[in-house]
This record gives sequence, structure tokens and C-alpha cells, in this order.
Amino acid sequence: MTTHKMTLNMGPQHPSTHGVLRLVLELDGETITACEPHIGYLHRGIEKLAESKTYHQFLPITDRLDYIAAPSNNLAYCLAVEKLAGLEVPKRASYIRMIIAELTRIASHLVWLGTHALDIGAYTVFLYTFRERELILDIFESYCGARLTTTCFRIGGVPYTIDDGLKKQIADFIKIFPKKIEEYEGLLTKNPIWLNRTQNIGIIPKDTAISYGLTGPTLRGSGIDRDIRKVNPYSCYDEVEFVVPKGRGIGDVYDRYLVRLDEMRESVKIITQALERLPDGEILADCPKVIPPKKERVKTEIAALIHHFHIMTEGFELPKGEAFLSIEAPKGELGFYIVSDGGNKPARLRIRTPSFANLSCISEIGKGVMIADMVAIIGSLDIVLGEIDR
Amino acid sequence: MELLYNTERLVEIIGDFLQSCKGYGIPEWVLTLGGGVVVAVIIAGFIAVNTLILVLAERKVSAFIQDRLGPMRVGPWGCLQTVADALKLLQKEDITPKKADRLIFFLSPIIVFAPAVMAYVAISWSPKIRVADINLGLLYIFATGSLGTLGIILAGWSSANKWSLLGGMRSAAQIISYEVALILSVIGVIMLSGSLNLENLISCQKDCWYIVYQPLGFLLFLVSAIAETNRAPFDIVEAEQELVGGFHTEYSAMKFAMFFLGEYASVFIASALCATLFLGGWQPVPGLPAVVPPIIWFLAKCYLIVFIIMWIRWTYPRIRVDQLMGFSWKFLIPLGFLNIGLTGFIMAIRG
Repeated sequence: MTTHKMTLNMGPQHPSTHGVLRLVLELDGETITACEPHIGYLHRGIEKLAESKTYHQFLPITDRLDYIAAPSNNLAYCLAVEKLAGLEVPKRASYIRMIIAELTRIASHLVWLGTHALDIGAYTVFLYTFRERELILDIFESYCGARLTTTCFRIGGVPYTIDDGLKKQIADFIKIFPKKIEEYEGLLTKNPIWLNRTQNIGIIPKDTAISYGLTGPTLRGSGIDRDIRKVNPYSCYDEVEFVVPKGRGIGDVYDRYLVRLDEMRESVKIITQALERLPDGEILADCPKVIPPKKERVKTEIAALIHHFHIMTEGFELPKGEAFLSIEAPKGELGFYIVSDGGNKPARLRIRTPSFANLSCISEIGKGVMIADMVAIIGSLDIVLGEIDR
Repeated sequence: MELLYNTERLVEIIGDFLQSCKGYGIPEWVLTLGGGVVVAVIIAGFIAVNTLILVLAERKVSAFIQDRLGPMRVGPWGCLQTVADALKLLQKEDITPKKADRLIFFLSPIIVFAPAVMAYVAISWSPKIRVADINLGLLYIFATGSLGTLGIILAGWSSANKWSLLGGMRSAAQIISYEVALILSVIGVIMLSGSLNLENLISCQKDCWYIVYQPLGFLLFLVSAIAETNRAPFDIVEAEQELVGGFHTEYSAMKFAMFFLGEYASVFIASALCATLFLGGWQPVPGLPAVVPPIIWFLAKCYLIVFIIMWIRWTYPRIRVDQLMGFSWKFLIPLGFLNIGLTGFIMAIRG
């Protein structure tokens, strides 16, 4: 009897490809013999768009990169511009940024956990995680009025402060959340079906992880200790204590699951410390050429009026040069590379997104697994097509 | 309560009426045919209504487990939601893919649904309500139960869709593994009662339900029955997140609804069989006086099993296709043999 292999299109419309990823699979029965990712279905030309926008104008567009963790994108972009401009951000602003960024990490990991469990067939976890994510989105709404595309930081600081009411809202969430993590774990961590579906599936060995440039929990799941918050601390991360989880060191889907669960616990620790130590003071840097003055001053002072008009119409110029800065976004290392020719718009802006690098290894680790495993592997890489296609 | 007593009475009246008709010179075959049509309509009506109830129950149970409300808008407490859904499905456009094998594509929902209906004939609902007292009732139900899979395989093949084809192939592999485990799990009960007749099986449990003698057999039966009816965590045949719906990806409108009717009809049959074999059928708990009518006891036991099946569905992740086979051949089937051996051993010792 002759047999032949079947080519199967997985995506761009498929419930488990997390957006518009398209995988062309070559199947032998249900075993995948070759897997080729096709991307670009969500390409919006964000990098090119940056060249026609002033530095302030580009900020809301960064929300649309990894739309599940918008504040992280804002943070990375602001830090990169600040680095090129040589701006010093007030400490209170840095702490607020840290709190919001860690809440973002929890929210992003909750979406990951819910959808990942859903892909493997555990429906209920999905609704549990989205219940808690809702609380975080409520916090974002209290902070800046938006829930998903937040644009909640500014170049040079943050636009809003964390007042006592919001402080209590965050503290309440932090108090109940560790119990909720145990609830998710109760459904999954020791569940024999879950273990069968995740352990020793989609193993990424250390050297493969490094050669493909994986970052974030996907890299740490392979047992490599690298976290930008520790390696190259930004935004006062060196002033809080936390552990970088590494999993069991095998590098399978289950390891990446453990790492992300532990990261949520560490984020809770970071937020607790940051809330306790939240310093007083300004929330925007003192730099009138870059940061728009307050509205009251615009109405009373001529210098403020001129600065306001200049920033609103032409933006601000950055010195000629280039800067690269990366942060530990929920999905991995998110970097912005900005080249300035001395004008008010970037001459070139390049975004190094974690999902793009993390997805690249799928052809290699996706060989020889079954379709059901492929779904689990895609879930464990935690990709968002918004930042892969950009 | 009154109504249910009257239902039992109604069955008697129909039987008496058919009997008395014989006196008026109406040919025998007309009566048989007429009786058959009446029974078929009653069963079809029961399946349709029961499916509406089960779908609503599924949504409410899942909502309860998932900390939400479920359907609330249509009717009080959302109780007409499934009726609205059924009406919507009736109105939908019936699409057949261009490259599909039209005849088989049309037939397969019927092939899934019909055997599920056939199985209802053998169920013993109460001492008075049953359609046919089949001597080999248990065998008959197993035989009809495995026929439905043929429809799923054909649906997967005729859809001209690679995902559906994979679903159909999975279904074939699954039925081969789980049919064996399912039948092995009930052999202990058959050994104890010495009968394949459902009436006899129930009357044998008058003093003690078989779940007491056959706890392992009960668990094996429940697991195999869930797999047999393609329910999560064994729903690899449709596996929405892997196969995008599997065998029913290309189906729409009433054909799609037929698959659902078939699925819920067989879930209910599995529960009814479980109640009959292990929970004493329509008999009350041994020692309790028979206050409520037997059919209430029977339905209550059925819905309890249905609830357990739903509970499992909304708690566990989905098992992988090869692990599913391994689970059956390496775990359930050896345990089934062990159960038979133990039952025989204990029966031999106790004489």
C-alpha cells in the first residue's frame, strides 16, 4: 500500500494559533514531519509609521504591538527615548512605572495561562484567569481611563499619580491574588492529563534556546538564568528584591508553565515592595523642551505657552545619535532601537520583539510532534501576532 | 407527580387500546405499524425535549463551575435559551461544500442520530414503561451504540476537509479501543445476574445495587462510556482547539443540530445504562419506601450520572489521541480483565 504525506494549513484562521499565525504542516498520520510558520497577516508597518510621527505621537501606537501588555511597550519606548534624550526620570515616576509594568506582567501571564489551558482543553481555567485579569484592567482604568490600549506612561515620567484610593485598589488585588494562583494550580499542576500533555513535550535544549535568541520565560524555562530586570536594571528594579524562576531545567512545555506561574508570584512580591516604598515627589521630569507644561502655567506664563505650542506642533528634537534599550516585557526582551538625525522624528526606529524570536524556533521543535502537541507548544511560547508582524 | 403517575397510566391505556382494536377486525400489521409510529414519535419527542434540557443544564452547570451566570436573557433564568438556539439552527442556511460527497454528507448526521434513537427502545424506564422487552437488551444497546461512530467516520470523510478527515480517523481509532473496555467493564455485572435482559438486571439489584459489588466495574464503565460518547476529556474527535470542530467542521444548520441531538441522546443512553446496571434502575434506594414513582427514581439517577459527566468535562484538560489509546489498552482493558477475574474468584468462593 502506498502512503503519502498530507500538507495541512493550520491558520491563519484557527482557534489555537493565537491570532493570525499560519503554520504549513506536513503530516504523516497525525505526526508532524515539517512545520513552517508564515507570518505577516497583521503587518501594519509600525516601524515605518514611526518615521512620520513625532516622538510623543508615536507613543499610542506602541500600545498596538503586544496589545495584551500595552504598558510594557510604552515603558520600553519611553525608556529608549529618554536614553537618547538623556532625561532623568523622577523616582516616584519610576516606581509607578514598575508597579504598572508588573501588573501588566500578571495580566499578560493570566491571558497566557487561560488560553494555553483552553488550547489543551481545560475550559474552566480560562474563565478563572479572565476573572482576575478583569480586576487588573479595572486598576488600569482607575489609573489612566483606558483598559487595553493604555498609553499610560509619558516620555520623561508618568501622566498620573497613584493616589490613596488606587493604592488600596492595588493592595486589595495583591492580597487576594496568591490564593487565586493556587486555585489555577489546583486544576492543573498535578492533574495527570495536564502532566501527560505538557511534560517532555516541545523540549527546547539550552543551546537551541540561545542560538535562536529566545528570551523571557521561554528562555528561562530551558533553565537559563537571564532576566533584563537583573542583568541591566531599569526603572528602579535594582531596589526591589525578587527571584528569577527557572523551572525544572528540562525546557518542556511544563517548565515554561511553571516559570510563568512563579513569575506571577514574584510580580506580587515586587508590587508589594514598590507600594510600601513608593516615594513622594514629582512624576514628570523637569525638562520644558520635551515635556509639555501644565495647563495653568500655559495660561499665565509666556515661556510655558511657547513651549506648549512648540511641543504640540513640532514635537521636540533629539540630538543626532542612536540608542538601544530593552526591558523585560512579559513575553521576553522587548527592545527599541532609535536612530535620530537631529530632527523631531526618528530617522529609523526598529523594535526587537520577544514573540518574533520566540516563534522562530518552532520549525525545529515542532518536528516529530503530534498536532495536539503543536497546539500546546504554540501556547507555551506565548506569542502575540501584533508584535510579531508589527 | 400526578402527571407522572398519569404517564404510566397513559402507557397502559395505549396498550389496552391497541389490544382492544384487535376485536374490531383491524389487521394485525396496521396495529403493529400504528403502535410503532406512536412509540417512535414519543421517543423522538422525548429525545428532542431531553436534549434541550441537557444543553441548558450543560450551560448552567458549566456556568456554575466557572463562576458565571450562563444564559439569562431568554425566558426566566434563561430557560428558553436552548429553544431559541434550536429555532435559530432550523432557520440557518444548509451549506454543503462544493467538493463534498453529497449523498454521504447528507446521510451521516442521520447515521449518527438513528442508532441513538434505536437504543431508547430497550431501556426500561419503570416497571410499566418500556417499549420492548428484549432478551439480549444489553447487547442490543451496545450494538446500536457503536453504529453511531460509522456516521462520524463518514462525516469526516465526506466533508472533503482535512481537519474533518483527521477527526473521522480519530473516531475510528477511539471506537476500536473503547468498545472493548466498555464491554469488559459490564461483564462482572452480567456474571452476577446471569442475564443480558435489562428487566432481569434491575430485579437482581432489589436488595443491593451492583455498584457495591462492582465499584471497579462502575468506574471503568463510566470512563469508557464518556469516551464512547466523545465527551471531554476524550472529545478528541471534535477537539475544537486542535481540529477546529473535527468531523462537524463543515456542517451547518439542522445537520449540525442532528450531531448534537445524537451526542446528547447517547450521553443520556450511557447514563441510563449506568443507572440500570449499577444503580438499581428504577428501584428506590434499598430499604427506602417507594414514595415517588419509579420513573422519577430512574430519571434522577440518569441526571446524576449526566451531571458527573458534565462535571468531568468542565474540569479536565483534553487527553492526546495516542495517550487515549494507551490509556484504554494499557490501563482500562487490563483492569477490566482483573475485575472479571476477581468477580469470578469471589463468586466461586461464596458459591
